Amino acid sequence: MIKLSKIEKYYGTYHALRDVNCHIKEGEFFSLLGPSGSGKTTLLRTIAGFEGIDSGTVMIGGQSMDGVPANKRPTNMVFQSYAIFPHMSVAQNVAYGLRSQRLDKAKTAEMVEESLGKVGLAGYGERAAHALSGGQRQRVALARALILKPKVLLLDEPLSALDRQLREEMQSELRRLQRSLGITFVLVTHDQEEALTMSDRVAVMFEGQIGQLDTPQALYKHPASKRVAEFFGAMNILKAEIIEVDRDIATTQIEGLGVAELAIPTGASAESAFCVGVRPESMTILDDGEQAYAKETPAIVTDVEYRGEMTYYDVAIEGSGKPVVVSMRNTSNRELREVGQQVRIGWESASAVLLLDQ
Amino acid sequence: MSKRILTIFMIIFVIFLYAPTILLPIFAFNDSSIIAFPLSGFTFDWFKSLGAADELRKAAGTSLIIATSSSIIATMLALLATSATVRYKFPGKGAMIGTIMLPMVLPEIIIGVSLLTVVLLAGLKLSIYTIIMGHVLICTPFCIAILRSSFQQLDPSLEEASLDLGESRATTFRRVTLPLIMPSVISSLLIGFTISLDEFVIAFFLSGTEPTLPVYIWSQLRFPQRIPSVMALGTLLLILSVVLLTLSEFLRRRSARRLGQTSTSGAL
Repeated sequence: MIKLSKIEKYYGTYHALRDVNCHIKEGEFFSLLGPSGSGKTTLLRTIAGFEGIDSGTVMIGGQSMDGVPANKRPTNMVFQSYAIFPHMSVAQNVAYGLRSQRLDKAKTAEMVEESLGKVGLAGYGERAAHALSGGQRQRVALARALILKPKVLLLDEPLSALDRQLREEMQSELRRLQRSLGITFVLVTHDQEEALTMSDRVAVMFEGQIGQLDTPQALYKHPASKRVAEFFGAMNILKAEIIEVDRDIATTQIEGLGVAELAIPTGASAESAFCVGVRPESMTILDDGEQAYAKETPAIVTDVEYRGEMTYYDVAIEGSGKPVVVSMRNTSNRELREVGQQVRIGWESASAVLLLDQ
Repeated sequence: MSKRILTIFMIIFVIFLYAPTILLPIFAFNDSSIIAFPLSGFTFDWFKSLGAADELRKAAGTSLIIATSSSIIATMLALLATSATVRYKFPGKGAMIGTIMLPMVLPEIIIGVSLLTVVLLAGLKLSIYTIIMGHVLICTPFCIAILRSSFQQLDPSLEEASLDLGESRATTFRRVTLPLIMPSVISSLLIGFTISLDEFVIAFFLSGTEPTLPVYIWSQLRFPQRIPSVMALGTLLLILSVVLLTLSEFLRRRSARRLGQTSTSGAL
């Protein structure tokens, strides 16, 4: 649906987008995830036509967008500030883009009501726009964009201004809306949880580049680099040394834990600088006599953080400079460990991922 | 103690500012052609005499034409200048704003003399048009000051949203930008009108055979017996100015409220 190739953009001397290549499929919920200043919003505005590019091509629906202004593109946008026209009613806002279609009043009213219904605001048409709550503004912005039946809906951090409960509600609602309409959604967010729960695929951006592009599961399980890994949830980063390489498998000495055979991430050569990431939940504090794991490492509990369904332990492992975090599900028969207690950490090769050290 | 001193200072300050202005309406209703206390009686005669003076009515008409055209032209120029300077970055922007705003602080007599020189060098005849030219020059900075704050408060994504929904830049201006800044536009028109109406120095230098109201008033001061009439005229002008300025500020604040901001900046 959207094909971006070799996109470069400068703001003066600042290199905002560097060699961005990606292909967003039709009907996909695609997210651009990254810290602030990573270029994700710039990339979205490039697709919308608000920002020019210095080189590269943007194709939407098989057509080059070169020289096509924002008002002629088959995309519609939901702005971070929602950009609801304050001098109009809800219905006038929603009907705004219909003017050029020259529909009669009854048809317009019918379409407005249908669009408002889709976002759960049926009957709100006569309200003044400035009297709406944050969540309602968001819905009006959606209805106003969707009434034009765009091929692509662009969403610029649409949930960042909402409180937590409303945000979670809108997350599932956006997902439901996207599935039922089958429109391609491109979402910009800095919230990794939002990207994971809503998207079919996520492009993680750093410094104007796409660092990794994959499904949420793959990004979580097989991050390619340290910064991608750290972006998604907690990850223990350990120093690593490659002992031997056999095609794409590297026998790796991991700081504190020992030796494991790990897959080299795609696109990396054996000569690159690596480290190893281990998720807190992919290690276990073993019970007495438990032998369920291939590898064991002795450790001492240095801190216990109880968080309801989970408990996070900081454990000191000999040979590792900083404490390693291990999380345990609080099942009914499991007792909490205490600080200073000697424990065995169970893990296996699959618990660890080889990461590019960048 | 210090609070008391400040209060006294404040009272003296206000008296100093407004006492001369208050004298105007007092003598406009005084039943004597001599401007002196004690007052001798109350009369509307001076106001009635205004209606009979033909020259005065002509001067008032000239002033209205000049004030209306100057404020419209200045507001249009200010609209162009603010939309360019608030929305876009370009080299020399700071210098450009500086040069446009300069007439605000430049002595009017300098502007008057230089414009007169230009007009004479160009071989033009002094007329209503030359005064309008001078007034546009001094009104534009004030109009920019008013419009600028309202442009800055306007969320740029509102205009982007309109483009995104398929409208061209021109229709976006008509359907979104203009309605949202309309109160400021009206406020700018009113301020421009008031400034032009009251302006004397430039009008004095650039007027030909048709004097403006302030120039006419000045010419009448030579005849002592007409001074009370001038006072009556001044009273009317004073009331008009206050009404226009109040209306303009009221509109500007309402616009700020409508855009969802509370703002106290602006002309007043």
